[in-house]
Amino acid sequence: MAQALQLVVCAGIVPDPLQTLEPVTGPNGPGLKNEMVLPAVLDPWAACALYEAAQLVAKNPGSKLWLVSLGPKAKLQQVMMTVGQKAVFELIPIDGPIGGFPDSHSTAAALAEAIAALPGFDRERLLLFGGWESATRGAGVTLQLVGERLGITDQFQGVDQITLREDGSFEVLERVEGGRHQVSVCAGTPAVLGWATGNLAEPRNNPQTGMANMRGIMPALQKAKTVALDGNGLRYVSVSLPKQQRETRVEKNMTADEIARELVEWIGAE
Amino acid sequence: MSGPAIGADATAPVSAAAPDSAAAPVIDRATMEVDIACVGFGPAMGGFLTTLTREWTAHPDDPAFASKVAPGMPLQVLCYERADDIAAGVSGIVTSARGIRASFPDLDATEIPMATPIAEERVLYLLDPIGASRRSFALRVGDTLLRGFGGLLGVKDSAFELAWTPGFLHKHGGLLLSIGQFNQWVGSQLMATGLVQIWPGTPVCTPIFAAETGKQRYSVQGIRLADQGVDRTGAPADGFMAGMDVHAPLTVVGDGPVGAVGQALDQRIGMPPGHAQNEWALGMKMVVELPEDTPLKPGTVWHTFGFPEPEIFGFLYVHPGRLVSVGIFVPSWMGDPERTTYRYLQHYIQHPALWRYLKDGTLRSWGAKSLQESGKHGEPFLTGDGFARIGEGSGSTNMLTNSGVDEAWTTGVQLADAVVELLRAEKPFTQENLFATYVARRHASWLEREADEAKNARNGFHGGLVRGMIGMALAGLTHGKLSLGGTIPSAQQQIHPFSPRKVSGVKALEAELLAEDARVGGRPLHDALMTARGWPEIELDGRLLVTQQDALLMGGKVQAMAGFADHVVFRDPHLCAECAEKTCVAMCSGQAITQTAEGAIAFEREKCVHCGACLWNCAHTPFGENTNIDFRAGAGGLHSAEN
Repeated sequence: MAQALQLVVCAGIVPDPLQTLEPVTGPNGPGLKNEMVLPAVLDPWAACALYEAAQLVAKNPGSKLWLVSLGPKAKLQQVMMTVGQKAVFELIPIDGPIGGFPDSHSTAAALAEAIAALPGFDRERLLLFGGWESATRGAGVTLQLVGERLGITDQFQGVDQITLREDGSFEVLERVEGGRHQVSVCAGTPAVLGWATGNLAEPRNNPQTGMANMRGIMPALQKAKTVALDGNGLRYVSVSLPKQQRETRVEKNMTADEIARELVEWIGAE
Repeated sequence: MSGPAIGADATAPVSAAAPDSAAAPVIDRATMEVDIACVGFGPAMGGFLTTLTREWTAHPDDPAFASKVAPGMPLQVLCYERADDIAAGVSGIVTSARGIRASFPDLDATEIPMATPIAEERVLYLLDPIGASRRSFALRVGDTLLRGFGGLLGVKDSAFELAWTPGFLHKHGGLLLSIGQFNQWVGSQLMATGLVQIWPGTPVCTPIFAAETGKQRYSVQGIRLADQGVDRTGAPADGFMAGMDVHAPLTVVGDGPVGAVGQALDQRIGMPPGHAQNEWALGMKMVVELPEDTPLKPGTVWHTFGFPEPEIFGFLYVHPGRLVSVGIFVPSWMGDPERTTYRYLQHYIQHPALWRYLKDGTLRSWGAKSLQESGKHGEPFLTGDGFARIGEGSGSTNMLTNSGVDEAWTTGVQLADAVVELLRAEKPFTQENLFATYVARRHASWLEREADEAKNARNGFHGGLVRGMIGMALAGLTHGKLSLGGTIPSAQQQIHPFSPRKVSGVKALEAELLAEDARVGGRPLHDALMTARGWPEIELDGRLLVTQQDALLMGGKVQAMAGFADHVVFRDPHLCAECAEKTCVAMCSGQAITQTAEGAIAFEREKCVHCGACLWNCAHTPFGENTNIDFRAGAGGLHSAEN
């Protein structure tokens, strides 16, 4: 039986992970060099959450999907021209700083406040989605803090699947060690789900979806509330990128087994 | 005033059709009605939409800006861009910015990342410190003199700075830009108005032609978006979504020199008498972060010639933040089928005059694009019933001043002024009306005057560098009154047939052995021949000197969304297998076109940067004027915003 859900996806925007990222420390703390120069994308983990949420809405008539996104308005606008073609949602933009360095508590407070103020918000019917971590800092705490501020105690992280049941309960697959899933059954909403990749392919760019979304997105952006996030005394001792090593070699005469063996040795040596 | 009659064959079918779709099953497509459908978001479209929205914003209640297709709604203006982001453009721009500054009189360059006023311009003739480039006797004599009297003449680091350069080569008072950042800056302002929508990641595959009217003219009724959820051949697959038909009274075509819509118009309508797009170049650049102690100042502009080959021109532009754009142009008139731009670029940046500054730098970005270098000679029919063409694909690039972005921007401005005039006069977008407003403005402007001065400036290059430089000087100094004559063959005919006996600096037997090795999947011939001719192997440092594949990933951030068809199609694969030149392989910027061990040619969409070089680097024309390569609309490509 279909359920009329309230689905809220918290999804920030991040510099396109394909870009050359270089941490720098400025007067306001750490950031990325030329961050405003870099093209932005919807945080990839949270994007998976959005696509899953959109499918749930499609399967459950009467449901409503909001996308709550905090970032510089101009960047949000640019990203929405792509994201807006992939799923139907109502955008709740919050004009604020970009990047992974603002304090998670302050970010969570701004998001929770925006969610609680949604017209017709019904906490008891809420499924709060987001990424289980972010492509910026990867701390994976903001979504949990949002849930706590909204008083939601049923929280799941590393989610790959949700299956709604007729009695209002739902089954969740969470990633655990060893490439396995932990199966949980939750009695019902509200709940927080921090998504891993899920199982859905990225939706096609649908111009009609984009046109439908844009009627709401543009006015919402023009009315976006501006927030200044409090640092709460947060201080970064050091910032660095994950270690990367690139070695490209063209091999035409090695067998697949030989290549695999060398890769295993190379990984083992790290 | 009216324009020239267009249409070479009024009996030809004129219904909408994607390439090769005549036999395809009829697909039920969604349709949408808009007032103005725009194809491609580059500087020309930026100029068009900026001008249109300015006038609209200034007169929000003007009924001219009410929608005709959706009564009660404002004008519906939609722009579809092929690339995944409006910041994914490529160009090494140094521009006089006349048109851009006219649109933004109070322009503050610091508002645009990587932009800066031009502070210093130099023109350098680069000697060949390696001895591998193919120099004519005249050049060798000149080089010997320069080396002999280097101390007196100020030759330093194997480079000779021209003490004087003609004014037409300078961009005094101009700007140095990143096209990606400029497009992003313009696009953000446009979208903030809420009046127009710019949709990235949405390739347009073809114009929709109206049914035949019996008159000697063609009419465009809109555009068709590319199908998604298809296999490599375009056949429906999982998640198939037929590309939507977007109907519009006016289609603005600004999809660049290799855009699918522009190509389709040219193929259906033909070119005006005496016009042809025969001259091309591939521009390839790197954006390099310089070391902290670099002495190069923002706004420094170098133009170079003479190295790595006499036909290859180069540039170095210094942006703020210790970033430098450095690149080369490989022209179609180079003739040599062994054109390999990436390797030439690696040799170029290692020239002592440049390497002194670059050697401790780090690659940040990389990209490539085709340049339509025919100028006025390549101007297509600019208008027709329901469509108008702007930008580089409309032949706006000035080949005397080496300037394209500002000219493209200006064509967009001129079209917007014309469109507003027609909207206010409640006149339809017919060929006559668009010609009387848009083309008339264009032809009465500095754009046309300078295009006329420049149109024969490059003829001489088909007779060599020295003759070409003389021709440019003649045309430039006399404002086009004098120029060297010349017949410009098609780009395909400019490619010299490969012959082992005619490879400069390589013995016939060695060339034959290398060709045989390449035929069975060994080292690509262009690469092997360069080494045989004396070009040293590139010593990769993993930072700036990287493999071409690493340049795709580290610099171009190349990516392709799944679900689209291959946009590079070999019409007759057997012909490719038999081709001796395989110039498409040599010139492919992303190594997306490769030769298999069986001698066939393969295309990998995921590596393509959509530079379009393959379009004009096929020596074979088995299908009339079309080469054996069909370059269609496609998604993906570069994801770098710093080019």
